[in-house]
Amino acid sequence: MEYIIIIVSAIFVNNIVLSQFLGICPFLGVSNKLSTATGMSGAVCFVITLATLVTYLLNQYLLVPFGLEFLQTIAFILVIAALVQMVEIVLKKISPSLYQALGIFLPLITTNCAVLGVAITVVTKEFTFGAESHMLNLGQAIVYALATSVGYGLAMVLFAGLREHLALNEVPKSFKGLPIALITVGILALAFLGFSGIV
Amino acid sequence: MGKWSTFTDGFVKNNPTFVLVLGMCPTLATTTSAVNGLEMGLATLFVLVLSNIVISLLAPVVPDKVHIPVYIVVIATFVTVLQFIMQAYTPDAYKTLGLFIPLIVVNCIVLGRAEAFANKHGVLESLLDGLGVGFGFTVSLTVIGIVREILGSGSVFGWKFISGDGILAFVMAPGAFLVLGYLMVLFNKYLKKS
Amino acid sequence: MVLCLTLVCLFCSAVLAVVYAITADPIKAAEQKALVESISQVLPSGGELSDVATAEFGGQKFDYYISTANGAPAAYAVKSSTIGFGGPLTLMVGVLPDGTVYNTSVLSHSETPGLGAKCNTDAKFMDQWKGLGADKVIKVTKDGGDIDAITASTITSRAYSLAVSNAVAFVKSIVKAEED
Repeated sequence: MEYIIIIVSAIFVNNIVLSQFLGICPFLGVSNKLSTATGMSGAVCFVITLATLVTYLLNQYLLVPFGLEFLQTIAFILVIAALVQMVEIVLKKISPSLYQALGIFLPLITTNCAVLGVAITVVTKEFTFGAESHMLNLGQAIVYALATSVGYGLAMVLFAGLREHLALNEVPKSFKGLPIALITVGILALAFLGFSGIV
Repeated sequence: MGKWSTFTDGFVKNNPTFVLVLGMCPTLATTTSAVNGLEMGLATLFVLVLSNIVISLLAPVVPDKVHIPVYIVVIATFVTVLQFIMQAYTPDAYKTLGLFIPLIVVNCIVLGRAEAFANKHGVLESLLDGLGVGFGFTVSLTVIGIVREILGSGSVFGWKFISGDGILAFVMAPGAFLVLGYLMVLFNKYLKKS
Repeated sequence: MVLCLTLVCLFCSAVLAVVYAITADPIKAAEQKALVESISQVLPSGGELSDVATAEFGGQKFDYYISTANGAPAAYAVKSSTIGFGGPLTLMVGVLPDGTVYNTSVLSHSETPGLGAKCNTDAKFMDQWKGLGADKVIKVTKDGGDIDAITASTITSRAYSLAVSNAVAFVKSIVKAEED
C-alpha cells in the first residue's frame, strides 16, 4: 500500500516539474522535439534512480555513522558527477545503441537539480502515509526515485507534444519562444493541480 | 566605464532570469511572496560572489581536465557555509526556502558565470560580475514575488491592502509559470533592445 | 591532476569543518531560542519551566514541559504532531491542569501556501482554541464542534484540532496519574 501511495504521489500529485519546480532548465531546454524529450527522460530516469541508490547508501553507512552530515551537499554532488561520468563510460562499452540514444544528454544531467533534489529529499524528508509519517527505507527510496523520474518523463513528453504544435502556430512577437512555452506549462500545471488530494 | 558596465550588464543585457533564462527552479519555486523571492536572491548572490572570486583566483592553477569538478567543489563548499550561517542566524528563512538552499549548487547561474566569466577574468572584475548578475537575479525574483503576492494574497511584502483571499492559483505552482511567462513578454517588449 | 582535485577537496572539507565548528553553537542556540519562544507563547507568564520529559499516551509519544508556580504545576506545554494536508503538522499546545487550552502555536508544517499554511498566520483561526478543552469537544464545525475551519482547508483544520485534542487528553492523563 505504501508503495502505491509513493508512486501515485510522485507521478501525479507532487509531480517533480509541475509542482516541485525541479529540473526546469532541461525541461525547457530539450522539450522542442518529442524524440529528444523521450531520450532525455530515459537518461534522467536512469541517473536519478542510480544516484538515489548510491547517495542513500553513502548517507546511511558513511556520513551518518561518522557524524559527517554537514558534508551532505558536497558529497552528493560529487557522487552524482562521478556517477554520470561512469554511466557514460560504461554505456559506451556495453551498449553503444543505448549510448547513442542517451549519450548526449548525460553530461547535462549533472547540473539537473532534479537529481540532487531527489537525493536530498529522500534522506531528509519524512513522507506521509495516511495517518502516519516516517523516513523512507531503501526499497521505498528507490521506488520514489523511479516514480519521480517517470513523472518527469510524463511532464516532459506531454509538454514536448504541446510545443510541437505551438511551433506551427502564429504567436505575437513578444510571446515567441520561451514566454509562450512558460504560459503553456502554467496551464499544464493548472491541470495537474486537479490531482491534489487524491492521496 | 568598462568596469562599471561589467556590473550593470547583469541587470538588463545579461539578466539571468529574463534573458539568459538560467536558474529557473528557485525562480519559480521560491517566489510565492516578495520576501521569499528577495531572500532567495540574496542567498544566491552570496554564493555567486564568493565562488566567482575564488574561481578567478584558482583558474590559472587548476589543470583544464578537472576544472569542472573543482568548481563544483568550491561552489558546494560556499553553499554549505551559507546553510550553516542561515541555520544559525536566520532560521526562519532557512525553513521557508528549504531544499532550494542546497540546490544552489546546481543552479546553472553560478556554474555558468564561473565557466563563462570568472575563469577568464581578474578578481575585481569577477567580483563585479558576481554582484551584477546576483543583484539582477535578486531584483527579478523580488519582482516576480511581488506580482505573485499581489495577485495571490492581496499584499506586498506582507502588508495587506485587500481584505480577503487573493487568487490562490498564483501562490501555487501554475501561477509561477504564468507570471514568469507574462513578465518575460513585458521584458521582451519594453526592455530588450535587439 | 588527481593531486589537484584531492587538494581542493581536502581544503574545502577542512574549511567546512571549521565553519561547522564555529556555527554549531549559534545553530543550537537559535533552535533553543525558537523552542523557548514557542513554549512561552502558549503558557501563562511566570512559572518555572522544567526540562523536557517524554511519555507515551494512546500509542503516541509526547514531549512535554511543565511550568511550575508556587510548588505546583501551573501549566503544561505539549508538543503534539498529526498529519496535515501536505505532511506532518507539529504544534506546541499549552494546557492548564484542568484540561483547558491556554494557547497554541505551530512549530512546523508543510501545508499549502495561501491555504492550509494560514493555520500559522490567521489570527482568527488561532485565537479560537483559547479556553477550549475542559469539557467541550475540540472539533471543527463540520464534525459537530465549535472550531471554524480555515476556508478551503478542512483537512489542515481537522489535523490542527486533532493535535490540540490529543494534547489535552494527554495532559488530563498525566494530571490524573499524578493525583493517583
